Amino acid sequence: MLMRRNPQLNAHGELIHLLSIEGLPKAVLTQILDTAGTFLSVNDRDVKKVPLLRGKSVFNLFFENSTRTRTTFEIAAKRLSADVINLDIARSSTAKGESLLDTIANLSAMHADMFIVRHAESGAPYLIAQHVAPHVHVVNAGDGRHAHPTQGLLDMYTIRHFKKDFNNLTVAIVGDIVHSRVARSDIHALTTLGVPEIRAVGPKTLVPGDLAGMGVRVCHRMEDGIRDADVIIMLRLQNERMSGAMLPSAGEFFKSYGLTPEKLALAKPDCIVMHPGPINRGVEIDSAVADGSHSVILPQVTFGIAVRMAVMSTIAGNQA
Amino acid sequence: MLPLDAEWFDAESLYAELREGVRALLRPDAALVGIWSGGAWLAERLQRDLALSGGDKGFGVISSTLHRDDFSARGLGGTDATRLPFAIDGRHIVLVDDVLYTGRTIRAAVNELFDFGRPASVTLAVLVDRGGRELPMAAAFAAARIVLPATQKLSLTKAEDGSFAFSVRETA
Repeated sequence: MLMRRNPQLNAHGELIHLLSIEGLPKAVLTQILDTAGTFLSVNDRDVKKVPLLRGKSVFNLFFENSTRTRTTFEIAAKRLSADVINLDIARSSTAKGESLLDTIANLSAMHADMFIVRHAESGAPYLIAQHVAPHVHVVNAGDGRHAHPTQGLLDMYTIRHFKKDFNNLTVAIVGDIVHSRVARSDIHALTTLGVPEIRAVGPKTLVPGDLAGMGVRVCHRMEDGIRDADVIIMLRLQNERMSGAMLPSAGEFFKSYGLTPEKLALAKPDCIVMHPGPINRGVEIDSAVADGSHSVILPQVTFGIAVRMAVMSTIAGNQA
Repeated sequence: MLPLDAEWFDAESLYAELREGVRALLRPDAALVGIWSGGAWLAERLQRDLALSGGDKGFGVISSTLHRDDFSARGLGGTDATRLPFAIDGRHIVLVDDVLYTGRTIRAAVNELFDFGRPASVTLAVLVDRGGRELPMAAAFAAARIVLPATQKLSLTKAEDGSFAFSVRETA
């Protein structure tokens, strides 16, 4: 049988694009996490910059809104000494009807070396990766409901930082899982890194049934889902992706699935609480928890820069 | 791997010469920094044998990875990290490495060092200088000077008991 090579890897099994965590070997994920640890210490230097991407042009192509992800990619690229070009897509030629591949062809003619792509369509970064020149690298910064691999990796970095390893953990992912590319990337990463118990927690309308096939335990009661958890990953209720009445109301959701100090008491005493942001206080998470001692939401943001530096420098150093 | 002639190329006796060479180079306020990985092993042992200030962990380790000039061809490689347990501003730094060859690693390591501050001086001491310089770098002390074909890679190895040996690998 003919095996199609993973389009993210070259013939030596090295990462050349980061499109999805699905299908990446454990060694590749671990290498990125280890490299991120090196870059975290760059923040402690007098000179908070290293020259690995000096002379390279990184284009931030955000077809969907984002503040945190776009900014942390920009900081990461600048810490690596790359030139960063942010395209305001809503006002660009795309709004005038230019196709995605024509946009890419034009930017490639401006000598782009790397594209950081966020797009509402699942698979858009794959399409771009298939059409760029061999020396150009693509990073998926979130595509539709499909994947958000750098968020998945920074979540893994955060878990490893606080829990040391993945071997005996119970991780609960809570909330709007059906719309969440973060949840999908986290589940693939947690599975590959060997987390024995992954729980998907939420109402039937937001937790798809096919998750059980991914080796995930589905819990529709919050209390069952977070009991004795080592890690709780809260997801944002995605109003902009929600069509039709999947939920009675935000208030009802908070009552059943919002993380309050009382519910958090069911988890392990040293449980960490994560959230990819932006948080909706009083919708999926209580302020007392978001700002409390279990919360590692702000360290996640800091780690995100180091993880994105690791991803960009890893793929830039590998040849197609 | 080719065994080198142990009679005259014994890493342990060269280390003893390096130790005395570094002792002579040390100024009162000097600090040792070893280049990862072979140089870091040497610095660790020199720190102990010369009973330098700061205790057994008082030496620095520097990685050349983030400043290498062949990054686009080689990629990141390992995940070695720089660790400097002291402020380097105004310090006299003795940089230690196992093998001095083209000088490119030294160039990258010195750049890395300067990301942390401005040392008063940087001096280089190595176990072996194998010639073949491509940059204007020189060691203030080398325990041995030899000439090897460009196809051979010379590197230090450390056994479980901490003793040093050399290995030579054909690269072509």
